[in-house]
Amino acid sequence: MSRRIHPLASVIAAVARGISGVQVRWLGCRPDVKQRIYFANHTSHLDFVVLWSALPGEVRARTRPVAAKDYWDSGMRAYLAQNVFRAVLVQRGARANTPEEARAEAAAVIDRLAEAMGETESLIFFPEGTRGTGETMAPFRGGLYYLAKKRPDVELVPVYLENLYRILPKGEVLPVPLVSLLTFGEPMHLKDAEEKRDFLERAGAAVSALRRKGQS
Amino acid sequence: MTTSASGGPAATIGWLVHGKDPQLAWLFCGVLGVLILASVIGATLKRTAKSEAARATIDNLNARTRAWWKMCAIFALTLLVGRIGSLVLFALLSLLALREYITLMPTRRGDHRTLVWTFFFITPLQYYLIAIRWYGFFAIMVPAMAFLFIPTRIALSGDTQCFLERAAKIQFGIMICLYCLSYAPALLMITIPGFAGHDARLLLYLVLVVQMTDVMKYVWGKLLGRHKIVPLVSPNKTWEGFVGGVLSATAVGAALWWATPFTPLQSAGMSLMIALLGAAGGLVMSAIKRDAGVKDFGTMIEGHGGILDRIDSLCFAAPIFFHLVRYYFVP
Repeated sequence: MSRRIHPLASVIAAVARGISGVQVRWLGCRPDVKQRIYFANHTSHLDFVVLWSALPGEVRARTRPVAAKDYWDSGMRAYLAQNVFRAVLVQRGARANTPEEARAEAAAVIDRLAEAMGETESLIFFPEGTRGTGETMAPFRGGLYYLAKKRPDVELVPVYLENLYRILPKGEVLPVPLVSLLTFGEPMHLKDAEEKRDFLERAGAAVSALRRKGQS
Repeated sequence: MTTSASGGPAATIGWLVHGKDPQLAWLFCGVLGVLILASVIGATLKRTAKSEAARATIDNLNARTRAWWKMCAIFALTLLVGRIGSLVLFALLSLLALREYITLMPTRRGDHRTLVWTFFFITPLQYYLIAIRWYGFFAIMVPAMAFLFIPTRIALSGDTQCFLERAAKIQFGIMICLYCLSYAPALLMITIPGFAGHDARLLLYLVLVVQMTDVMKYVWGKLLGRHKIVPLVSPNKTWEGFVGGVLSATAVGAALWWATPFTPLQSAGMSLMIALLGAAGGLVMSAIKRDAGVKDFGTMIEGHGGILDRIDSLCFAAPIFFHLVRYYFVP
């Protein structure tokens, strides 16, 4: 696989960095090319690009976003997602009629993610599943748990993106160039025999804990 | 070698090199001298510092000096480019200051479109009005028109929670970061008899005296500072620093009279006014930071904090200086 970053991706990342004035804090780990899953709160279209642009070049070249197929699958969006940022597109939300079918669909999604990671790639993942308003975080969906179970060797890095919902909220086209803050936390793993609900709560708390002190 | 009369960067540099504006060249040399002196003193102190606390202070001092070199270089270059260079620089400073200020304010989703207008329309328009020398519109655009536009646009969003507070905070932000600051480059659009073509010196004079006040307040405060002025607002502001800073800046300003349209006494009066207003600006912006629970507005300038931390005093001094000059020196 080529290690070349699409030139348009670099341009978009530079613009996003400028607009978001992002300051980056590595609190719980250092940048590294080892395989990781970065999971973050999701409030803005800028989230992925800003997170991705905060990584050093060689890490960037091996880090792919996970995006919703229903949203990123047509026209310009499809080109950006697939050709420019090498996104892994997955089906979100259950289409199935029976619980068995739903389980099979979910398993297929996790297989697809694990396959996309291979031996070298890292992922950027938004476990809330959709963009929120920014005031509160939605509970995490199960995908992160199943992925962690499938790939226990991979570091799960919590990331908190602050203020991006004020810069480009859901439903807006033009950004307001405020200052944002991006914090990488301490990598975590799925514990032995940890329940799905407990793990997802722990993961959500790990993201929330990275908020700057003194802010709600 | 001849330089064209049409202006432009090449002409301006040629003008300087060939000694057509020796006063401006001397001002630049003076700034260069002060920077070299500060760097030498910083390097000497670094070698003699003993305690851990002293070393931290000296490191911060040297970081500040390094940042001063960069800021002076950028400012000098844009002055040499001419009016457009200064206008672009100050427009960017307005945007960056406004960004730092609004980031600290609890704006809501309903303010988004209002803020888009503020950043991408109102701010460029203000500097465009200076560029085309439309003084009447420049003077009222923010305090009358943008003032009324902001609450209207927020009301249209349908979100009334904390309505007046949100509108007032945005209005205050553009008054300080945009309107007041834009008075500094607006000095380039006034014509003083016998001083035509030298307005860059007036802008340089204002910025030098303002920043000299800040630097001398810092120096005197570090050397002699004992009695705090308003400890609840800022523990670093002392009477010794204030008096020392204001008097030093007044003396420096008076000594620069030859570069201005003022007599030495007038220049001292102007500098005193600039220094006092600068101190007021620092105090007010400290109160805002204290209320928001932060020490600095940002982190863009090493050792200084954010852009707004560096230009707060300029925002307060510029409009009054502009109007004093315009009232007394423009017929």
